[in-house]
Parts: sequence; C-alpha cells; structure tokens
Amino acid sequence: MTAIVTVLLGSLIDMSKPGHYIHWGFLQISLSNLIVVCLMVVTFVAAIAIPYKRKARNRS
Amino acid sequence: MSIRDRSVAPTTPILEEDAAMWTAKIRRSLVSTLPPERLIPDRQPSYLSSWIYMFGALTLAALSIIVVTGVLLSLEGPTWWHLSSVGLFVNSLHLWSVELFFFFMVVHLWGKFFMAAWRGNRALTWMTGVITLLASVGAALTGYVSQTNFDSQWIATQAKDGLNSVGVGAFFNVLNFGQMLMWHIILLPLAVIAITVLHVLLVRKHGIVPPIELTEANQGGEA
Repeated sequence: MTAIVTVLLGSLIDMSKPGHYIHWGFLQISLSNLIVVCLMVVTFVAAIAIPYKRKARNRS
Repeated sequence: MSIRDRSVAPTTPILEEDAAMWTAKIRRSLVSTLPPERLIPDRQPSYLSSWIYMFGALTLAALSIIVVTGVLLSLEGPTWWHLSSVGLFVNSLHLWSVELFFFFMVVHLWGKFFMAAWRGNRALTWMTGVITLLASVGAALTGYVSQTNFDSQWIATQAKDGLNSVGVGAFFNVLNFGQMLMWHIILLPLAVIAITVLHVLLVRKHGIVPPIELTEANQGGEA
C-alpha cells in the first residue's frame, strides 16, 4: 500500500529533480509557492463569496 | 424558566481591610478589563455569519496541532522521526500543520486588512497579530534548520549568507545547530504562544471588529 502511494505521488511530483521556477521580469517564484498563493487567493474569495448558512435557533 | 441569570456572583465576599491589598487590586482590574461573560461569550454578533471570520480559529487549531506534535518530536528525538513510521507520520503532521497555520494566518490577515480591523481602539490587537506572524516566520526557519537532514544543512548554508548580509549572523548563527534548536523549541514557541494568547484576549476585550458599513451607519455616515 505504501509503495503504491509512493509511486502515485512520485508520478505527480518528482522530488529528485530541481523545482520549477516562473520568471516574470525581475520577479521569480517557484511553481509550488505560486500554487499555494493561488490557493490562498481562491480560499479568500470563496470565504467572502460563499454564503454562511446559520441554523435556525430557538431563542425562547 | 429558560432564561438564566448570566451574571456571575463572587463566591467569597471580600473583607473591607483586604480591599487595598495588591491581590484584590489586580483581581478587580482583571475582572473589570475582561469580565468572564466577555472572555467566554455565549453568543456572537450577527455580522460574524461569514466564512472569513473562521480563519482566526482555524489558525489557532493548526497552532495547537503544531504544539502537540512538536512536544512528541521533542520527547522522542531525531532517530525516531527519521526512521520509525510513527515518527515520520508525526513529523509530517508537524510540517503540514505549519503549512496550514501559515495558510490560514495569511487568509486571516487579508480578511482583517480589508476590514481595517485596527479600527475602534484595536491597534494593539493588530500589532500583536503582526508580531505573531514575524515570530512564526522565525519559528519556521529555525524548524527547517533543525530537521537534521541534508535539507536542513542546505537551508542553513543559504540562510547564513542572507542573515550575514543584514549583520545578525554573529548572534543568530543558523549553522549553530544547538542554538537553532533552542530558538525553535523554547524561545520562539514561547513567544508565539504568549503573543497569541494576548492577541486572543485583546480580541475578547474589544470584541470582533464590526463591518465598516455598520460603523458608518452607527456614526451617521462618518467613518
């Protein structure tokens, strides 16, 4: 089971090779950091946009 | 009768001659600053009905996992976390709870920044949050260089150049493993936990910042 998980993850992210970097002018960011920043932005927008449903509570 | 008396009656009457004692003064000051019903409130304002208000609590939850897994790692040591399957698991929990801690803290920071959460005499609450973030960055760095593997050696040699360039390498030497471990498991956790407790107490004292529109409406259109 552990071997299968290792192979599956290894096929997605090869940790034995140098990381991918994105260059934009003088800016440079690793792909992994860019993905995390994008996830944070998506989470932030979702936290504001998705309505928060409250349970109806008996206030008596 | 469903509505209970929410006031908290003192259990022991204070003698008149004891009222001037420093213990009584401190107790009165603490209770007047942060009454128990404000410290642990039963209800929160309706404007908290948004997911954006969850991220402070999520950050605290991640911090508690970091502390528990960190204590386990301290008890068992490097051989355990490098070689045993349980040790590897706890080590991974420690790492991923740190990742989530920063993730939630940054979303919390963005939310509070756009709410201008320092309004209403909450500047100290904001600044304690800023200091917690800075102390957490230090805790994370010293953690990365305390892993006792090639990764930690690589990070230490890279960080050494950066820290020397700003002139702090003489007293904060990332190549000194013992010093980094002490910073990571004693000094910085104490700082992060103590300032976080202060941050939460200040939030409880001043209450969660109301939305800008609500404040403007209460003040007749003035910000």
